[in-house]
Amino acid sequence: VKTKDAVMSASETEHTKIVEHATCTFCGCVCDDMDLTVDLRAKRITKARNACVLGRAWFAEHTVEDRPVAMIDGTPCGLDQAIEEAARILTGARFPVIYGLSDTTCEAQRVAVALGDLINGNVDTTTSVCHGPSGIAFQGVGESTATLGEIKNRADLVIYWGGNPAESHPRHFTRYAVTPKGMYIPNGRKDRTVVLVDIRATPSSNAADILIRVKPGRDFELLWALRALVKGRRLAPDIETRTGVDLATLEDLVDRMKRCRYGVLFFGMGLTMTRGRHFNSGAVLALATDLNEFTHFVAKPVRGHGNVTGADNVVSWQTGYPFGVNFSRGFPRFNPGEFTTVDLLARGDADAALFLATDPAANFPKRAIEHMRSIPVITLDPKETATSRLARVAFATATYGINTAGTVYRMDDVPITLRPVLDSPYPDDETILRRIKDRVTELRARRPAAGAPPPSRMFDSRLR
Amino acid sequence: LILIPGRSSKQGTSLTKGKLESEYLEVTSTLEMNPDDMARLGLRDGDRVRLSNASGEAIVVCKGQKPDALPAGFMFIAYGPPSSQLMDADTASTGMPISKQIPVTIEKVQ
Repeated sequence: VKTKDAVMSASETEHTKIVEHATCTFCGCVCDDMDLTVDLRAKRITKARNACVLGRAWFAEHTVEDRPVAMIDGTPCGLDQAIEEAARILTGARFPVIYGLSDTTCEAQRVAVALGDLINGNVDTTTSVCHGPSGIAFQGVGESTATLGEIKNRADLVIYWGGNPAESHPRHFTRYAVTPKGMYIPNGRKDRTVVLVDIRATPSSNAADILIRVKPGRDFELLWALRALVKGRRLAPDIETRTGVDLATLEDLVDRMKRCRYGVLFFGMGLTMTRGRHFNSGAVLALATDLNEFTHFVAKPVRGHGNVTGADNVVSWQTGYPFGVNFSRGFPRFNPGEFTTVDLLARGDADAALFLATDPAANFPKRAIEHMRSIPVITLDPKETATSRLARVAFATATYGINTAGTVYRMDDVPITLRPVLDSPYPDDETILRRIKDRVTELRARRPAAGAPPPSRMFDSRLR
Repeated sequence: LILIPGRSSKQGTSLTKGKLESEYLEVTSTLEMNPDDMARLGLRDGDRVRLSNASGEAIVVCKGQKPDALPAGFMFIAYGPPSSQLMDADTASTGMPISKQIPVTIEKVQ
């Protein structure tokens, strides 16, 4: 009998390479069980075993493209010239913004924070337009948390609220939370009850035993009603008119939540991007905490980009805050609404921007994009994007996880080491950022800007 | 009507191919609607419509969803440049613009 390994190595040839246990960094699931077949001549991944539809596209479409390594104002240039121009822009700016960070390694994120500190700039991540409101809620309410491994092995009641993982995180169901068998869930799917709360029917609805359609914009009211029932309070009879959900359904759900052995509330953008924002996330976290009087219950945000959770972790351990951090006074300050990027751009505060592995010109509000067009922009991205098109300096970069090693955090804060499979002709984000930082250091030493804010005391010994 | 931008599988796979490619631009310009709303407004699959509000406007192509998928008065679109045009930049001091449940006016483009 041939073992799997024997079959694998037998299929390797001079021009084909098999890499096992590689990691997909498309979404926050960060599945690290990919078996990739690489065509070494064509320099592309031809097969990604275990990958979902999004992962297959991620591996198939990240090929070595024929692009210049850098461009200034749309004209191809050398790497040195682009580094020089980027460093000049950041040194001369009075309110530079560094934004993105969620689609690169923790190693590159660390340098991005150090660069933001060095230039007395602003560091913000895509968390601010994702689960930023949940980050605010964590600070206010706290978090009853778990790893996905724990949930896989123990959770018998799984509630998804305001999300459509079947399309956004396809393997969340099959690898972590719904169908897999676990230590205390011997029969997998049969041992779990799955509840989906959303305003619309989605492909995820098919995975649910119980589908609850909440009235749009009434998530907070519904969560607060559940909290009241958990605490034994009686609800006013008009609860169905307010939330779209009848009392019997709510009482049944509360009964299941109290009786389960291990419950989990996964929550998505349906809560953070709508009216109520951090109050909605806070209500989920508070509900999970309340339920711990009766059983074990946890709440987890379902995170989007491959290393957005790493961005939260790195920015937190470097500055003390998870996103929206400003260094203009020489020490980090956190204030969502003031130091978050949509606001900085829409108000016209930022006078230069470095966008690291992100495309805000395709997904920010129109007013923010308009300001982006009026300031010098630097982009680092493996692909050409709407943002790289409007950039003064655009770097083409290697793709993390495919071309670049490093560390990423899965959505449950578990760090995972990447296993690159293909060389890239382009430098990685960390290398470019380090070179920009080194050059900025030289330029600042030579010509300190008049009236510049005091130098930071944060990272003197470690990163400068 | 109320617009709900969100993610879809097609949006995810097409953005990996390239966000300047025609597939991504098509996916993010397709508006899913409740069929009752479409009938009321005299719209058919494939009609071009203009969505507008105080923030901006976008021209997209409409497509009927299953009758129960979307509540009446609600429309879905995959995140992308057209939905950005309709987002207000005000974040109510959170950093997060209201990116789902955006009120818009809809009219057919001849």
